Amino acid sequence: MSTLTESASTALQLTLSSDPVLWTIVGRSLSVSATACLIACGLGLVLGAWLGVARFSGRGAVLAVLNTLLAVPSVVVGLVVYLVLSRSGPLGALGWLFSFKAMVLAQAILVLPVVTALTRQAVEDAERAHGEQLRSMGAGPLLRALLLAWDERYALLTVLLASFGRAISEVGAVMIVGGNIDGFTRVMTTAIALETSKGDLPLALALGIILLAVVLALNVLIALVRRWRERVDGSASSTPVGVAA
Amino acid sequence: MSGPSASPWVDLRQVTVRYGRVQALDQVTLCITPGERVALVGANGSGKSTLLRVLNGLADASGGFQCNTDMRQAMLFQRPHMLRTSAQNNVALALWLRGTRWRDARLQALTALQRVGLQGIAAQNARTLSGGQQQRVALARAWALRPDVLLLDEPTASLDPHAKREVEALMADFAASHSAAGPARPVTMVFSSHNLGQVKRLASRVIYLEHGRLLADLPVHDFFNGPLPEAARLFVKGELV
Repeated sequence: MSTLTESASTALQLTLSSDPVLWTIVGRSLSVSATACLIACGLGLVLGAWLGVARFSGRGAVLAVLNTLLAVPSVVVGLVVYLVLSRSGPLGALGWLFSFKAMVLAQAILVLPVVTALTRQAVEDAERAHGEQLRSMGAGPLLRALLLAWDERYALLTVLLASFGRAISEVGAVMIVGGNIDGFTRVMTTAIALETSKGDLPLALALGIILLAVVLALNVLIALVRRWRERVDGSASSTPVGVAA
Repeated sequence: MSGPSASPWVDLRQVTVRYGRVQALDQVTLCITPGERVALVGANGSGKSTLLRVLNGLADASGGFQCNTDMRQAMLFQRPHMLRTSAQNNVALALWLRGTRWRDARLQALTALQRVGLQGIAAQNARTLSGGQQQRVALARAWALRPDVLLLDEPTASLDPHAKREVEALMADFAASHSAAGPARPVTMVFSSHNLGQVKRLASRVIYLEHGRLLADLPVHDFFNGPLPEAARLFVKGELV
């Protein structure tokens, strides 16, 4: 309990002290995870939306693989990316290993299945409810997928949050491909791991509290934006019953 | 059964539709000619919606199916889906999906909304409209396409009486108009309904379905005044819903 109290006190002191090293690490964590999420969302939203609408042989197997990838350990992703980016690997010539780009790549690969699987589920539900009406208007599978994804954009904000949460909280992949180099590839989670290994538990916990606080602030911000847009755009169900004209 | 003589819009021969173990349509034979106003009636689960989906090409059916593909179709659903955007964009989308440029589609959408008396709410988000207004936007969406055939699946079932009257008046107006092919070709309308008053007012022909089978296919006057199969007679009397 005293460790927890001490950690909270340390977290508060660190936050108030405006320690440039701390805020550089926080900024790097946010930028690595945000960039990775942007890349993963660019691919995953389209792929997931298409999977939610398309019907083809072998779709069940694809979905099974996709759902399995949700549980892939981040260290495994880190290891694979490490092998690919290492000097003898197929992309070794890029020289990305132990860099910001390598961490972004690893996290993007890690969250891509999350974005794809959750988007697929949201769009598939929408397709079941409304897809027939779009088909009736002449929309093919890809257009239907994109229209339904756009229509479910507020639900997909939650997907964005989930993927960001997965990215910013992982440690295995960025540790392996980033190397936790001070001032260069050190992020919040690797810093926490380092302080824990050094035995400075209050500082490690304090960093964890700051990490959660940053994510909480982001969640609140997105929730507020979502609520505001829903109020502006109208969140009423599209299936009203007995409503006066 | 009535026997249309003009070149048919659609000709179904022993069409069957199954959803897993459920037989939704059972060997339905039916011919609809341009300009007809056909009402599909029957109890819940009788196959009305499935038949409309077959006519619109949305359901896979076995059996003979011939359709004049030159005739453009539009379909209205009981609960129209409005995308989370303005009423004008919702109407324009249907036109855009049929190949109209977006800018032209938006202009035509405005005209269509005027036709249903909703030009004042063109910029309003369609999700915030009432049920009756949404159904009128859906009618505008259909009308904008200038279809030869209009299919309606219980379009007034979930509306209050006032909205029901408004939508029904627009349906009558729609049926009286001519299609994109010109005045020589009136709009063909096929609609399902539980409202027998509405059927009397709008239909020229009535088809009664039960458990996916077509039990009666008669001109509207004969359906309400002539002899009917027992199940259809009970339905008309209001004892079978």
